[in-house]
Amino acid sequence: MAAGPAPSGGRARAQRLHLSKMERVVLSMQDPDQGVRMRSQRLLITVVPHAVTGGDVVEWLIQKFCISQEEALHLGTLLVQHGYIYPLRDPGILVLRQDETPYRFQTPYFWTSTLWPAAELDYAIYLAKKNMRKQGSLLDHEKERYDQLHKRINHAWDLVLMQAREQLRAAKQRRKGDRLVIACQEQTFWLVNRPPPGSPNVLEQGPELSCCAASPVQMTKSSDFYKQEIECCRKALGRARVKSSVCLEAYLQFSVQHRLHDPMLSGCLPGNPWITDSAAYWAVNSPTAAAPTKLRVERWAFSFQELLEDPVGRAHFMDFLRKEFSAENLSFWEACEELRYGGQAQVPALVDAVYQQFLAPGAAHWVNIDSRTMERTLEGLRQPHRYVLDDAQLHIYMLMKKDSYPRFLKSDLYKGLLAEAGIPLETKRRVFPFPRKPWHASPSPALLPPSGEPMVAGGPDGGDSVA
Amino acid sequence: MATDGLHENETLASLKSEAESLKGKLEEERAKLHDVELHQVAERVEALGQFVMKTRRTLKGHGNKVLCMDWCKDKRRIVSSSQDGKVIVWDSFTTNKEHAVTMPCTWVMACAYAPSGCAIACGGLDNKCSVYPLTFDKNENMAAKKKSVAMHTNYLSACSFTNSDMQILTASGDGTCALWDVESGQLLQSFHGHGADVLCLDLAPSETGNTFVSGGCDKKAMVWDMRSGQCVQAFETHESDINSVRYYPSGDAFASGSDDATCRLYDLRADREVAIYSKESIIFGASSVDFSLSGRLLFAGYNDYTINVWDVLKGARVSILFGHENRVSTLRVSPDGTAFCSGSWDHTLRVWA
Repeated sequence: MAAGPAPSGGRARAQRLHLSKMERVVLSMQDPDQGVRMRSQRLLITVVPHAVTGGDVVEWLIQKFCISQEEALHLGTLLVQHGYIYPLRDPGILVLRQDETPYRFQTPYFWTSTLWPAAELDYAIYLAKKNMRKQGSLLDHEKERYDQLHKRINHAWDLVLMQAREQLRAAKQRRKGDRLVIACQEQTFWLVNRPPPGSPNVLEQGPELSCCAASPVQMTKSSDFYKQEIECCRKALGRARVKSSVCLEAYLQFSVQHRLHDPMLSGCLPGNPWITDSAAYWAVNSPTAAAPTKLRVERWAFSFQELLEDPVGRAHFMDFLRKEFSAENLSFWEACEELRYGGQAQVPALVDAVYQQFLAPGAAHWVNIDSRTMERTLEGLRQPHRYVLDDAQLHIYMLMKKDSYPRFLKSDLYKGLLAEAGIPLETKRRVFPFPRKPWHASPSPALLPPSGEPMVAGGPDGGDSVA
Repeated sequence: MATDGLHENETLASLKSEAESLKGKLEEERAKLHDVELHQVAERVEALGQFVMKTRRTLKGHGNKVLCMDWCKDKRRIVSSSQDGKVIVWDSFTTNKEHAVTMPCTWVMACAYAPSGCAIACGGLDNKCSVYPLTFDKNENMAAKKKSVAMHTNYLSACSFTNSDMQILTASGDGTCALWDVESGQLLQSFHGHGADVLCLDLAPSETGNTFVSGGCDKKAMVWDMRSGQCVQAFETHESDINSVRYYPSGDAFASGSDDATCRLYDLRADREVAIYSKESIIFGASSVDFSLSGRLLFAGYNDYTINVWDVLKGARVSILFGHENRVSTLRVSPDGTAFCSGSWDHTLRVWA
């Protein structure tokens, strides 16, 4: 809970960007020409000038920002909840009603950004005034807080009572209309800064996070920091850049290519599980499904990375490489991945295993790397670390990507998979009044024993009908 | 000596101005190759049709603000963490809670699911990142098997497993990111360069590379080489804290969400910001962003309780989703792109599709 003195660091100020933006909106609302229509509001026998109706506020927001009524109401409500607009009737509830309900704009004196943080002393005075004005008018939570404050700032209590009396006396000298308005303004301010229990605290920002700028030791902008920035900039100035037109064109291609595969844009068959309540889609597309769908097989042709990322795709690719007698390339690459992402303690053993299996002269699965890379790698193996095989791994990866992968896509094996692959039938939507389908549980991955190779042979993996 | 102090200050000031002028030159260089805007290129693409997304599941069970969530690779399970120290693992399809852990600290701002689905990581005001193996054994107390992996000198803001259960990448309020070996807790690499708290990170889906991007309170988004610990690229166009960064599915770009109420797209090959997603009526900061599977849609959760859906290519807002009753603090698209999950300060999580 954000309570107590607020940090004065940069983070705290930056976090209140939204407040200054709200203030700008509220100021435009009060523009005599372009703002919301102002009128005088009659409350019983008092007339309050410069009032607006909730409906007009919402209408103005709709026009100004070209947004829907729902969004305008939402934004308007936030303005009220932050105390920038307050209701004249029922000032105890900060809600925006989209009708003739009268509202007024909070005076900048009481803006959160002006008076923040709200001081305990001021709250005590406010509660004291309320108590004095009419005995028993303090709400339960206010009474509680009043008592707590009394205990906490007991030493200043005389000051509190004196101030309260003085402010009440000064208020009596004002016109009834002004008195009413000031009371509303004050009440709104305290509703925002000391919300009643149960109401959301809109000023809450998060835990008291110490901004790094506050702690001198770590993040002082030392000369090292600037030297690093300079180094980074120099390197950046030297880097090769690609024209925007080329880069942006790539996004177009990517999104067009993947459009049909994006369930949110094109739906998915047999049906989106979250909408149809059926887990069939997941069954049909499981990581070990023996009968991959057409879309899935098509995706393997998008990029080498997509093929490798799909365990079923990767397994078929391995089969293909076996036929070409270059399966050791993929095995080597997988072993290198295991090294790169493996546990630190396993590094020496893994490096050794990779060397024995793939790199040593006469190794069972010897990989064909160019001599320069091989030399560099063998040199590096003297001091094994997790990145020692990076060069070799990249070389083999590029080899597969530029050579084996295109051949795979042209192969009978792949073409056969594409032809065999089916398109699942759409699950019929259940129509009311049929009861909702029970949501089937699935075993947690944490329960299953660690899986080995994905199954490629064998029957299909359950699920609903596939065409 | 008084004169030494003066000398030091002069050097500091001159270094600072040198850095500023280099940054200026860098912006000039970047602008030279910027020959077209994204929305111009996107004129050739079809507009998106009517867009309807609804809450399909509501997960209730946290007793306080939900701060972070992550999906399991099985596309249905999620882990979520909250202000009161509770970390819950749900099967969000059935809405059943499967595991719950109470951390010894409050404000658990980061949580992540391990790629195997057998463990979770979390941390927050305890300045640590801890890994809990998931167990269904009723006799075992999950907290007993907890492993303390990362140690920072300030709060943990984000964490993520790399391609395996054995390495974790963390971001912290102490201004650094770090890569850790889970088994031993050994620090494998640290990343220095942010001038303030680091708030978020995301690993690149690159085929060969080992990079990740981080965003912080210094308004900078920085791309790092995991192997060398060096900053490879940096972008400084936001006007306030960057709360969330997420890579575009191709890995050639990333999006960011900030307290300045905008989301931006940065291209790594063009080395510049290429799009801003903003609207005058959007005043509150964006807390979390993620892309749909094809990268055409960008979902962003905001501090005004809403979720805005952006057309990444055309730059226009496609839809605004209401439902949460307090700020949206976390948002992730599911691994197969069928839905996205949002977590909020209203104590709930919602799955939308």
